[in-house]
Amino acid sequence: MPMLSIRNLSVKLGDFELNNINLELGQGDYYVLLGKSGVGKTVLLEIIAGLITPDSGQVFLNNEDITHQKIQHRKVGIVFQDYSVFPHLSVKQNIAYPLKGNKLSHKQKENLIYDYAEITNITHLLDRNTHKLSGGELQRVALARMLITKPQCLLLDEPLASLDVQLKGDLRNLLRKINQSGTTILHVTHDYEEAIALSNKVAVMHEGEIVQKGKTKDVFQNPANDFVAHFTGIKNFFIAEFNPPHTAHVNGVLEIHVSNEANIKSGKIIIRGEEIILSNTSLDSSATNNFKGTIKQITPYLVNYEIIVDIGIEISAVISEDSLNKFRFKEGNNVCVSFKSSAIKIIP
Amino acid sequence: MYKNKLRKFDIIILLLGGLVLLFIISPLLSMFLATTPAQIFETSKDPEVLNSIWLTLWVSLAATVFFSIGAIPLSYFLARSNFRFKNLVNGIVDLPVVIPHSAAGIAILGFISRDTVLGKMGSAIGLNFVGHPAGIALAMAFVSIPFLINAARDGFENVPVRLEKTALNLGASPVRVFFTISLPLAWKNILSGLIMMFARGLSEFGAVIIVAYHPMITPVLIFERFGAFGLKYARPVSVVFIAVCLVFFILLRSLATEKKNAHA
Repeated sequence: MPMLSIRNLSVKLGDFELNNINLELGQGDYYVLLGKSGVGKTVLLEIIAGLITPDSGQVFLNNEDITHQKIQHRKVGIVFQDYSVFPHLSVKQNIAYPLKGNKLSHKQKENLIYDYAEITNITHLLDRNTHKLSGGELQRVALARMLITKPQCLLLDEPLASLDVQLKGDLRNLLRKINQSGTTILHVTHDYEEAIALSNKVAVMHEGEIVQKGKTKDVFQNPANDFVAHFTGIKNFFIAEFNPPHTAHVNGVLEIHVSNEANIKSGKIIIRGEEIILSNTSLDSSATNNFKGTIKQITPYLVNYEIIVDIGIEISAVISEDSLNKFRFKEGNNVCVSFKSSAIKIIP
Repeated sequence: MYKNKLRKFDIIILLLGGLVLLFIISPLLSMFLATTPAQIFETSKDPEVLNSIWLTLWVSLAATVFFSIGAIPLSYFLARSNFRFKNLVNGIVDLPVVIPHSAAGIAILGFISRDTVLGKMGSAIGLNFVGHPAGIALAMAFVSIPFLINAARDGFENVPVRLEKTALNLGASPVRVFFTISLPLAWKNILSGLIMMFARGLSEFGAVIIVAYHPMITPVLIFERFGAFGLKYARPVSVVFIAVCLVFFILLRSLATEKKNAHA
């Protein structure tokens, strides 16, 4: 039985529309909803939290229909991208806010506040006001304040979007810890790396619809279409015709040797950039695909470089900085491109 | 070239602005200069003047506090709700600012006189609004309440809706959200509106004189002294009353400055 179930949910807000959304989260899932800005990820979260009423469809929490339940009675906690920390209250007062009316003693409340501040690593900030806190600190305050309510499901709206790399790493660890302690999380983001780093399930949204969902590994390894492929960070995703067998025709301009089953006539092929070898001269190797092309673009990443080479189609290779320096690749250079047919993934 | 043009433009602006400031300051300054300290001292001891200032102050304060109970929720409603006739309601709120205050007095008088529903209700508990501080309070509130409603509405509009939604999501009731999030965050604007309403009530003459000549609030007393004894006798009362009003004016300005700095 799913813990959170969204069934046939649709809403129209001005020019924007969510269409027939279906999603199921099991107890303990870390579910990432992946999509570009403005596709409706936040709207979906707000519907689940009760801030927006859908035109049709239902939201179930532990098999109870909560579609029209009051916001304050749902056991679903939302943490917004802008944190929404109350500016007129101190950190401690913010975390204590949900405890008002709770039958706990003053001492018990104090202990709870301290416990959640400790989990989120903000005990040293408890007596501070919130004006001068950094984005990461505000995010932790918002998380502590939400966790203290013990939500059955935690909804996170781009929680890492405005943090620097160091803080992102720290907060990812915190989110993992929260999830591992049993809290089900639905996290929306536009960053596929967050999905890889955190989730066990992922759904990709595009133009108000979920275009693919499933286990993270499955979605990333078997993207349903080129949008999902590009969005999940796969650059070399091509539609191909397999005729004759073991030969993929891409865009009618390139023949690639593949290891496909004979009955597959058409499909998609994925070649990971890391599997592509670039060289200044032709290589005598076991690679069955060898092409000559021109370097169109070199883009530095954190530790590696992405090199786009035009071999009739544009193909993306990933190489290290050492290799780039060694071979002195430059934009406009002619290079040789090699990859093994076994490095090509075929999706029928 | 551009710099020179700008300088000339600045000079023109300064000249025109200076003239307007002079226009505001000159009559007040001349009134203060034409009044001797002895006259001010004598007037400050005059029981009729003191009683009228006291009456003006407490009635305006009472009107402000009493009507804020309804005006603040109305402001919140106007800030948060979208409905078909919202512009019409906003227009109605501003109506007392644009109609002549003597006409407002006539309207209030017609509303509270003994043969009206409100008048009869008052009579039933021994209260005759006409010629009573309660009537004065109604007249003051009628002309000054737009200042409170507009300031409070602006204040509530500046409170991010998301903060209220977050509080609801944390389990707070709408009432608790209003008192713990919306009201404290809009408080500076509301306070500014309350002071503005109070100060505007203090200075009201046109509507009050029609509803209640007696008991005499200070603006009416100034008018009466001017009519009966002339400028010389009306001036010291005006000076003392302006001094009292200035205290509130300065308070208002300092609050507005604080708000501006807080937003910077």
